[in-house]
Formats: sequence, C-alpha cells, structure tokens
Amino acid sequence: MTTSPTPDALVIAQGLEKTFGTFRAVDGIDFQIAKGESFGFLGPNGAGKTSTMRMVACMSPFTGGSLSVLGMNPMTHGPQIRARLGLVPQEDTLDEELTVLDNLLIYGRYFDLPKKVIRERAAQLLDFAQLTDRKDDKVEPLSGGMKRRLTIARSLISEPEVLILDEPTTGLDPQARHLLWDRLYRLKSQGVTLIITTHYMDEAEQLCDRLVVMDKGRIVAQGSPRALIEEHSTREVVELRFGIDQQAENAVGLHDLAERVEVLPDRVLLYVHDGDTTVAAVHARGLTPESALVRRSTLEDVFLHLTGRTLVD
Amino acid sequence: MTTSFLFPVLYLAAMGVGLGTLDDHHTHTVGGVRYLDFLAPGLLAGTILQVSVNESTYPVMARIKWIRSYWAMLATPLSVRDVLIGHLGWAVIRGAMVSSIFLGVMACFGAVHSALVVLVIPVSMLAALAFASPTTAFAATTSKENGFALLYRFGVIPLFLFSATFFPLGQLPTAVRYLAQLTPLLHAVNLVRGLTLGHLVAAQNFFDLAYLIGFAMVGCALADRAFKKRLVV
Repeated sequence: MTTSPTPDALVIAQGLEKTFGTFRAVDGIDFQIAKGESFGFLGPNGAGKTSTMRMVACMSPFTGGSLSVLGMNPMTHGPQIRARLGLVPQEDTLDEELTVLDNLLIYGRYFDLPKKVIRERAAQLLDFAQLTDRKDDKVEPLSGGMKRRLTIARSLISEPEVLILDEPTTGLDPQARHLLWDRLYRLKSQGVTLIITTHYMDEAEQLCDRLVVMDKGRIVAQGSPRALIEEHSTREVVELRFGIDQQAENAVGLHDLAERVEVLPDRVLLYVHDGDTTVAAVHARGLTPESALVRRSTLEDVFLHLTGRTLVD
Repeated sequence: MTTSFLFPVLYLAAMGVGLGTLDDHHTHTVGGVRYLDFLAPGLLAGTILQVSVNESTYPVMARIKWIRSYWAMLATPLSVRDVLIGHLGWAVIRGAMVSSIFLGVMACFGAVHSALVVLVIPVSMLAALAFASPTTAFAATTSKENGFALLYRFGVIPLFLFSATFFPLGQLPTAVRYLAQLTPLLHAVNLVRGLTLGHLVAAQNFFDLAYLIGFAMVGCALADRAFKKRLVV
C-alpha cells in the first residue's frame, strides 16, 4: 500500500503508529491526503480513527512511523501546523456558559488574530452556520444540530486550509445532518481540504472523494466509495428476513445461489449479480422469507465484508 | 464578586466585632492589638486560600473532563503550558481582586494601620499562585472528583483554622506549631498581618516570603508535569 509521497500531499503518513502501553490503537498505517480532497476514515468504534485524527491534528504525539502535515513534522512544529488546521472534535467542547458569539470571538483570540478580523469573520460564520439570530444566546440551551454547526463555525474562525471532522453528524436528526453536509460541500468547493471520520456509510458516500476502511488499528482497504464497492462487493444485494432466530437455519441451503452470504441477527444478505433472479430461485426452493428486498450494494456491504461485523457494535 | 465582598463584611462583623469583645480580660487585644486588627489580615489570607483552591479543583477537572474546554484550546496554536499559564494567571488575578476588595472592607472597619498595606496585593497574588498551583496539579492528576472533598476536609479547613488566622500560634501545642510552619497559609498570614499592622519583622518576614516563593515554584513545576501527563496523550 506504500506509495512515494506526491508533491501536493498535505498529509503523509508512513507506518504511522500509536500505542497506549501495550495496546496498539494505530498499528502502522500509510495514507496520503491531497490538497482540496475530501478524505474519509471509516471503521467501527475502536478501530483507531480518533487516534489517527488526533495525531493528524497535532494534539497527540505519534509513537512510531512518520507523519508530515502541511510539510511539517507535528512533533516539532505543532503550533505552526495547528494554526492552519481546524478541528471539529467528536464531542462538542463549546463553552456553554458563554454566548454563541463569544465562543467565536474567544476562540479566534487563541489563534492570535486581531479582534477586528475576528469580528468580521464571526459575523460571516454565524451566517454560514445559520446562527445569526441566536448570536447573543447562551450555548447551553441550543439544540444538538446548532451546537454542531457552532463547533464547525468555531473551527473555521482561523480560515484553516484543512478541516478535520471527527464524526461530525453523530447524534443529529436527518434534517440537521443534511444541513451540515450542505455546509461541508460549500467548504469543499471553496478549496478546503476535509478529513472526516464517520461510521455512517451514507455520510462517507456523500462526502468523501476517497476513503480508507480501518479495523483494529490497520487500514484494510482504500479507494473511492464507488471503487471500493466494485472491488469488495457485488452489484446487487438481496436481503431476506426470516422469522425470529431462524436466519441461520434458512441460510444453510442458499450458499450456492450467491457469491457470498452474510447471516445477520435479523436477516440474511445474499451478494449476487442479479437480485430478482435470485429471489425467484429462493422461492423456487420452497423457502418463504417474511420479506425479500433487492437493492444495490453500498459501502455498508463493503464494510461488513472487510471488518466482518455490522457497525452497531 | 458578591462573595468576595460579603465574606469579609460578615466575618469581620461577626468575629472581629462580635467575638472580639468577649475576651475575659476586657482588654480586647491579642498580643497588644485589637482582635479585629489581628483577625482581619488572617481572614484575608485565608480567603485567598479558599478562592484559589476553589478555582483550581472542580473548574480544572471540568475543563479536562466535563466541558473539555482545554481540549478545544489545545487544537489551536496554544501549547499545554500556555493553557496552564492562562489558568494560573487567572488565579493570580483573582488573588489581586479578592485582596483589593478585602482591604477596602478592612479600611471601613478601621483595620488598616500602615501605608505598607498596598504591598498586600502583590503578596496575595504570590499566595494565590502558591495555593492554586499544587491544587491544579492535584486536580489534573486525580481522575475522580471524590478527592476534592478530602482536600477540603483535611487540607483547606485545618489550614484555615490553625494557621494563626483566628488566634496566635503560641496558643497551640509545640508539635502543632512546627507543623503549621510547613504550611503556606501561615506564611501568607504572617506577611499580610505584618503589612496591615505595620509591624514587619525582617528575619521572619523574609523567610515567609522565601517560603511562599519556593512553594509556588514547586507547585508550578508539579502542575506543569501533571498537565503534560494528562493533556498530551
């Protein structure tokens, strides 16, 4: 997977490791992120995504391998790199006792920006985050989606070249997620490089030009969402739902009908080229699933195949 | 703000004026000075202790664990040491604010007897650093807030009561007196009292000052180590 560094790569990791005592959270990974790209880290909880993010954000020293961010070494140039990065952490770290506007103004001062510049940018960012009419309210009573948008607005106060988002939409309702995605698209079109971790497949498909799938501290696949689906899954998937606790016994006789069969607690997945033909064949064998659904392969299927588990664990 | 104003008013009224007139010789003096004049500087230093510890226990843990604002700061060009300097700097400013207000109240009670009193403010700032820095180190080291209750019960309250705040150290058994010499509050009380009464004793007060400076330096070193250990992971 190792490739020689390309000149326009903003982040280059080679054999990157993070160990906590004897636990290897990140176990030697290689990746490169190009300028203007939207790059995703996908993986179950505990796969090492957040540890990787924190190393790239120059908040956490790496314990092995090498890492270069914006052409500099995070170990020696942490403050200089962080001055050009924006970080949206997994959990909001807003100051809840301050107003929306004050959160932006004070954060801007951490970057040593002139107060006048911060004021101008804060006004634009409040607009961008659709929070202008709440600017004088305390943060504490805001909704989850508003807090998330404020956190993103705050991370943009320094006009970062790279924006790192650790599970940006976890816990948000669908409407709030779509609004956030729209805002992230706009940033991308302005040339901001996005680095995103998520365990939502639709989010990864929507937002990422390229992504890596991590499992147990390693990268198990990488490519564009489309390429990953083509490489690791079939064209279509048949989802069969049998009665409670009857998935495994019903799946036994189906292995010859599909390239691959996954037995989940609540359904059986058949990976096939032509779903409708397969459904007909299942019925022809006298099986009567409670429901049969034919759909196209998604990243979730790739994920299931590569990590051997569903995302809810 | 209200607390740092009400606390001295209530204490000085209740203890300085009320309790201070109860002594059996009807002289109303301790070592030759009015009880109120003796008590006020002790209370001032004791208040600095309480405020500094309050600022450095739950708030520090909250910024690490609950509201996590230190992590937000560390995503910016700020370093771990910058964050610590910010926190301790605030404790020092609080020390200046609290002592200024306290001195104002003391003046109203007629408990200021020397022009040297202006020096109480820098001494209070030093004392605040000496109290806040080891407390900060403790707050950044401990993982649960249970330790704070013990710190108050076995640290702050005994110090507040037995560091010559309310009565001269001579009243205490010899062993306790030596123990009290080791605590930073006693030295802060000695200095503040010397300055408000205008009775400085060069050798003693020089030692008090040196002790506070040393204590603050050790506290800052410990806090620096604790912050690095906790916030760089």
